[in-house]
Amino acid sequence: MIDHSDDPAVDRELDGNALAGMLEAMFGSDMTAVPGRCAHCATINMVGAMRVYMRGPGAILRCPACDEVVLRVVETDDATYVDARGIAYLRFERR
Amino acid sequence: MVSPIAWRIATVGAIRDETASVRTYTLQLPDWPGHEPGQHVDLRLTAEDGYSVERSYSIASEPERTGEVDITVERIPDGEVSAFLHDVVVAGDRLEVRGPIGGYFVWDVPLGGPLFLVAGGSGVVPLMAIVRHRQRTGSTVPTRLLFSSRNAEDIIYRDELDGLALAGDGFEVIHTLTRSRPAGWTGYDRRIDDRMLAEVLEPLGAGARCYICGPTALVEVAANALVRLGLPADRVRTERFGPTGT
Amino acid sequence: MTDRFVTRGFVGRRNPTGPGDIAERVPPGQYLTNDFPVLSAGPTPRTPLDRWSFTIRGLVREPVTWTWDQLMTLPDREWTVDISCVTKWTHLDMRWRGVSLDTLLEHVELEPSAAFVIAFCDGGYTTNLPLGDVLNGQAFVAWEYDGKPLAPEHGGPARLVVPARYFWKSAKWVRGLSLLDRDQPGFWESLGYHNRGDQWLEERYSGD
Repeated sequence: MIDHSDDPAVDRELDGNALAGMLEAMFGSDMTAVPGRCAHCATINMVGAMRVYMRGPGAILRCPACDEVVLRVVETDDATYVDARGIAYLRFERR
Repeated sequence: MVSPIAWRIATVGAIRDETASVRTYTLQLPDWPGHEPGQHVDLRLTAEDGYSVERSYSIASEPERTGEVDITVERIPDGEVSAFLHDVVVAGDRLEVRGPIGGYFVWDVPLGGPLFLVAGGSGVVPLMAIVRHRQRTGSTVPTRLLFSSRNAEDIIYRDELDGLALAGDGFEVIHTLTRSRPAGWTGYDRRIDDRMLAEVLEPLGAGARCYICGPTALVEVAANALVRLGLPADRVRTERFGPTGT
Repeated sequence: MTDRFVTRGFVGRRNPTGPGDIAERVPPGQYLTNDFPVLSAGPTPRTPLDRWSFTIRGLVREPVTWTWDQLMTLPDREWTVDISCVTKWTHLDMRWRGVSLDTLLEHVELEPSAAFVIAFCDGGYTTNLPLGDVLNGQAFVAWEYDGKPLAPEHGGPARLVVPARYFWKSAKWVRGLSLLDRDQPGFWESLGYHNRGDQWLEERYSGD
């Protein structure tokens, strides 16, 4: 759940770990250790290492290399919207 | 078995003061599936009218302690959840918890070392789970914790860390105090920087696995410095906390 | 009101709205604050003033661009307005200084088909408004808040302010407006937020 408050204990810039619970609820398993390729600059980083801005109307995940938006998440009163156009791919390892 | 993403009800057991503004809460969860050191839980608070907030808190306790987890929370003035935890919650209260969560910022003994842990303020919490797990398994992996705090009185887990460092099993703590030092202090006296990191990392070598947790500014400085010192980026794991710490 | 687990003793930080005349000024679902919370979707842009410019383009006869120095020559004024953010805080009597969008638009000739604007900003943020919502004193570009230069984390050097809409429409780090003949949802409007955002009608989400 995205926090909308002006709580000073929540920093403006966090990382993918801060979205871990929400992403796991969405994708069904931990996403923070999943590498993702940025659609803008093609750099690959694990989701946990991506920058997260979640003090605001939604949560924005940005590429640590180029700062472009990788993922956007909005929680309205009855739905969650996800814009994943900034992800070229996610790589789920099969064991 | 309850799935890790589902919300469960924990009962608050012991509450323990770590410093004047930091407290540890033991959350009893009899069906707890276990966790890896470095993972966290999400806490959800709900008011009568349905208003709710969620926060993530790193698990401070080692997985070897079953059926309960510790979270360590700094009271932030005006912090909605931390103030509630400090000012209202008592033993016996029940809290909604989800977890364990996270797979990126985790370490357990099989991953091996050497291990370089860098903490700023309450960023030490997930690293403490790593340190406690290491100690419980009898591991002798060379491990150094570089720990930045404001003042000596603010050092979370100080006595326990001092005790672990005396065990002679390859664990060392290096403190830096950024705001004030007690008389006779011979340790570092400034914010973590490139030079300090290079000095503290040196005995561990470039094969070290690094875990950095704290305020964003500290994490940025440390992660960039370690990569510049030649550590591969995927061996430098980071977790950015709130604005607490130094 | 909820069949969820209720946490003993938790009420949250929301402040009551206060005495009657104040309460009337707070839109539905909002709580009062005296703070100016910093909310953001990305790192704070920092464009130096000597490289800053503001442009009106799109369905206009000729696009117009002002440098910072040129902007400072325009007739400015002060506004004291109530601001509401969709994240539920409302701050009354916020004092701004800047230039009205009416003044800026006087310098361009709109094509007859121009009916919508989209504000574009450093960092890539956008927000959309019908042209009618930004004319006649309803919107301004502000460079001072509370008597001081607008801080970068609050959108400085200059931001758009549209007091009659949720604050996401008051685009931070604004660098210009495009005039369009059709509506083009901006950054939040394209992902679940209401296209218009009138806080008195509680238009938070699309479908409200």
